[in-house]
Amino acid sequence: MFDRDKLDDIRKAAELFEESTQKSIRKRPERKENFMSASGDEVGRVFSPVDVEDIDYMEELNFPGQYPYTRGVQPTMYRGRLWTMRMYAGFATAEASNERYKLLLAQGGSGLSVAFDLPTQIGYDSDHSLAEGEVGKVGVAIDSLKDMEILFGGIPLDKVSTSMTINAPAAVLLAMYIAVAEKQGVSMEKLRGTIQNDILKEYIARGTYIFPTEPSMRLITNIFEYCSENVPQWNTISISGYHIREAGSTAAQEVGFTLADGIAYVEAAIATGLDVDSFAPRLSFFFNSHNDLLEEISKFRAARRLWAKIMKERFNAKNPKSMMLKFHTQTGGSTLTAQQPDNNIVRVAIQTLAAVLGGTQSLHTNSRDEALALPTEDSVRIALRTQQIVAHESGVTNTVDPLAGSYFIESKTKDIEEQAYAYIKKIDELGGAPKAIDNGYIQQEIMDAAYRCQKDIETERAVVVGVNKFTVEEEPPKDLLRVDMSVGEGQKKKLQELKAERDSQAVEANLKALKKACEGDDNVMPFILEAVKSYATLGEICGVMREVFGEYQQSVRI
Amino acid sequence: MERTIRVLVAKPGLDGHDRGAKVIARALRDAGMEVIYTGLRQTPQQIVNAAIQEDVDCVAISILSGAHNTLLPKVVDLLRDEDASDILVVGGGVIPGEDIPFLKEKGISEVFTPGTTTDTTIEYIRNNVKRK
Repeated sequence: MFDRDKLDDIRKAAELFEESTQKSIRKRPERKENFMSASGDEVGRVFSPVDVEDIDYMEELNFPGQYPYTRGVQPTMYRGRLWTMRMYAGFATAEASNERYKLLLAQGGSGLSVAFDLPTQIGYDSDHSLAEGEVGKVGVAIDSLKDMEILFGGIPLDKVSTSMTINAPAAVLLAMYIAVAEKQGVSMEKLRGTIQNDILKEYIARGTYIFPTEPSMRLITNIFEYCSENVPQWNTISISGYHIREAGSTAAQEVGFTLADGIAYVEAAIATGLDVDSFAPRLSFFFNSHNDLLEEISKFRAARRLWAKIMKERFNAKNPKSMMLKFHTQTGGSTLTAQQPDNNIVRVAIQTLAAVLGGTQSLHTNSRDEALALPTEDSVRIALRTQQIVAHESGVTNTVDPLAGSYFIESKTKDIEEQAYAYIKKIDELGGAPKAIDNGYIQQEIMDAAYRCQKDIETERAVVVGVNKFTVEEEPPKDLLRVDMSVGEGQKKKLQELKAERDSQAVEANLKALKKACEGDDNVMPFILEAVKSYATLGEICGVMREVFGEYQQSVRI
Repeated sequence: MERTIRVLVAKPGLDGHDRGAKVIARALRDAGMEVIYTGLRQTPQQIVNAAIQEDVDCVAISILSGAHNTLLPKVVDLLRDEDASDILVVGGGVIPGEDIPFLKEKGISEVFTPGTTTDTTIEYIRNNVKRK
């Protein structure tokens, strides 16, 4: 980025600076021998043009909205439109969650994000024995179209965009959403939103898998195909690094493993005969935002650049939209502390800045009490206000990618890109992400990083304010949100009523047709949609698929 | 010679958050204990079966889904049914402080909340397992 003569001068000056600094350090040492990033990478004292001399502006950065999109996917970014402030929410019953959604929209939230309870995420109805104690706990319980109708009651689905954190049974929940919209008179083409639909990271880190890898990949490519024809504005997958990071990975691993998963989905879709540009524009990503501001900003920029190169060079994508890495961000749940929970507001503010300076398309900010329980309404409001303050008061949205050209940021962006690429190469050698998951490689790498992180905290190499430094005696917090045990009983009763009311012959016929489709090669989406519309339950539909596909067996290693 | 302490690290229910379980498992192993990790989605009955089959001294249950008040006491009850009340049961995870007295009353010896060091857990298990 600089001319040769000037660089030589700067290099000499840098050497002199290093010499004189070493002398003064001998007299007055720095605070620590090594300064480490949150991911455990050593961070240099000071960066200069010398550190970025190999970076070609036009090739590696270019302008926002232009390949390789390092500086952002749109030319005007937040000058044009702010990111979507999308708060992940859902608990207890469809009725209670519907109320929370309406409140969030009234407070200026601009999109919905649905959290489902664990039985729903794993394809069990609320009356299943494994659902005991879990109904409505970490999200809303959805057993049938009936619950989904209540969940979105009074919310016009042609006006909001909805993200659903649902993976193994994503096809079923998407079908329910389509069916609710139809009842509102909203056609499929108008629906905007995202399903997470990322099974590989469930095997790696999140744990809500159902079926083995092969049929799971088929369900995903069935959804890609169905949506490209029928629900063109729907983001068919949110390839997620979030949970990989929460499980303990480094920033570079988050990028490397997530993009490796992305590569596996693209390859699977191409293998079924889909043209890369027919589905790739609807791929979206989901990343974490942790406390190390500069490392995180660099991470987002590195992910964008690396994905653009992969799509162009590896998959010969022609449509620029196929090369643009669009992503949702959530602040880092694992960075929040149960101690002095109000401090978490500050952490979330820093993480919000990182996501925004990194060019996110949408953002969920965690609430201060999430290391203790599900958030209360007050805490959620502060979290949303944090985004609004960054958006409207901080000034960082006035210009696009303001940190570009920072010697450190550009050097770190390149460093993370290279580290992530090395992981992708390693995973390629192992035969791709599904194989690298089956043999436990990815999980082991994450576990090693998580253990290092824990040790760093315990040896106080890493300071966590309020946990291993600046601690106080405190009363256990009160007024936490609690989900009543009666939710489970209520859902069971609703299921009984539903089963008495519905046309059981239609249900049976539709489930039979679905089973046949699963056994053959047809796209299963239309069959799931029919089953859903006849009020077959989530558990019944997933039960049929379990029968045909079997269940995934986790490789257990520590 | 003193017998090596055997610990079953268990994940009950449908909760998939296993970072804590795995970190604890590795820390206990590094501290010289023999550790068996159940993997995800274990019913209380499966956990108790594994505990007895593996002849462990301690069951360490990790749970972040909010279902602790249902699932943890079940493990204790089933151990009692199997005449295995001498097995120490401890829990950890996202568990509100106000639930801890209830869990202790139900027979969970100690509950470790976020921020607990692995050394604290190791020491507790060392000092509280009932020698066989």
